[in-house]
Amino acid sequence: MDANERTPVVIVDGVHVKYQVFASGKAVGASKLGRTTRGVRTVHALKGVSFVAYENESIGVIGANGSGKSTLMRAMVGLTPPAEGAVFASSRPNLLGVGAALLPDLSGDRNIVLGGLALGFERSEIESLRDDIVAFAELEEFIDLPMRTYSSGMQARLKFAIAAAKQHEILIVDEALSVGDKRFRARSEGRIREIRDNAGTVFLVSHSMTSIRDTCDRVIWLHKGELVMDGPTAEVVTAYEASR
Amino acid sequence: MSMSELAAAHGLKRVGARPRLGSYLRQVWERRQFIITMARYRISVENQNNRLGAVWLFLKPLLNALVYGLIFGVLQGGNRPDDYPAYVVIGVFLYEFFSKCFSQGAKAITGNRFLVQSLAFPRIALPLAVAVQELLNQGPMLAVMAIVLMVLGHWPTWDWLLLPVLLISYTLFNTGVAFITARLTVHFRDLTQILPFISRILFYTSGVLFNVDKLFANHPAVIQLFNWHPIYQVLDIARSLLMTHASYNPMFWLYTALWGVCTFVGGFIFFWVAEERYGRE
Repeated sequence: MDANERTPVVIVDGVHVKYQVFASGKAVGASKLGRTTRGVRTVHALKGVSFVAYENESIGVIGANGSGKSTLMRAMVGLTPPAEGAVFASSRPNLLGVGAALLPDLSGDRNIVLGGLALGFERSEIESLRDDIVAFAELEEFIDLPMRTYSSGMQARLKFAIAAAKQHEILIVDEALSVGDKRFRARSEGRIREIRDNAGTVFLVSHSMTSIRDTCDRVIWLHKGELVMDGPTAEVVTAYEASR
Repeated sequence: MSMSELAAAHGLKRVGARPRLGSYLRQVWERRQFIITMARYRISVENQNNRLGAVWLFLKPLLNALVYGLIFGVLQGGNRPDDYPAYVVIGVFLYEFFSKCFSQGAKAITGNRFLVQSLAFPRIALPLAVAVQELLNQGPMLAVMAIVLMVLGHWPTWDWLLLPVLLISYTLFNTGVAFITARLTVHFRDLTQILPFISRILFYTSGVLFNVDKLFANHPAVIQLFNWHPIYQVLDIARSLLMTHASYNPMFWLYTALWGVCTFVGGFIFFWVAEERYGRE
């Protein structure tokens, strides 16, 4: 491995994540075994996932629903504490997920200002970036409306546009692009490649193999909380599609 | 080479680990624009949502003073403090600052879940923004309070100029309180249900509506206890400054300053210790 030449940015070291969930009633099929599932149940969402991500990499994360993709992403930003193992990173990553505006009651315009300031921009930098962000999100007509009135696609577009204005060290995009339309997806994929080419590292969780093929040079395939395959995009995607 | 050695070799840090206090303070300082802008935007949103807008800012304490003043005025009978209307107005208006920091601070993290989960920034910026917002609201409120006092026959004296000095300690205290409630509701979501009651209880026990010296004249121990009550001290000094004939213990200046600094520093550290925890479900 050429680990000595490339700079590692994110190291995921044997991460296990367990959720304590309060379950009620019976799970399907459980009655046959004579046990109900009422009470606290432990869901083992990640079972020892390890990998190293380097600078200038865009990594696709694929797998069926419930395979632990989002859990892994949340563990990488520290929102979900690992039960075992650890995640190391060169800086705290920003995570773009689906759903919900940043500050729902504020207009899109004010979300740009506050989001930018939270990301560490200067006020003057935001002023000069604002038009680009609005244009990228294609929200010129609606930028004065409260963000809660936006459709999920519009919210996702604005959030991505705000976050993508910054040259990130590490950016995680968790299906945030899937609600956008085709044109927006194409442009945001272009932006992801730019971030990657400028020494950033991008993780893209997606069910669209086209998006993954177009943007990622490496793919991680998760299945039921375990890492099935980690390698060049073409190889992993082919294997993944063959398995279904 | 094991993975953790590789991480150490390249200076990677464990994700979510809270930064050292010094670097945390620097990050907060870098977000000062964020804090102030957030406070201003929130004020304008609150004003937009109601038809009367900013008028509610002082209409609410004014109505509170009227209602509580009447009820407790009747209940207390002969034990009423001298110059009762001015006494109640100062109490209710100044208590509002604390009560807002207390209740809005509690929502600072839990109410901004999506912001916290998406972007990486020092979380204490959110309760700080709440405190700044309430401090900014305090300006027009104090102006209205001054007008009401003048209507009640208390003309401005040089002593009035000392009120902003008192507000420094009071603001520090309230900001510390916002830090503490912001963290507590993250651990115990049920607190959002209980906090309004606690705020109410504090309202009745901070000498907002009654004169402690008069009411507990036969219980010196209770008076001693109130002499350590941070909100009571602030109200007592404020009344003495604004109402010419009242007197106060000059040591209260020192006590409020100590309360302010200790609550602010203690609250800051209390909040920072749990920095990893915010945003988790």
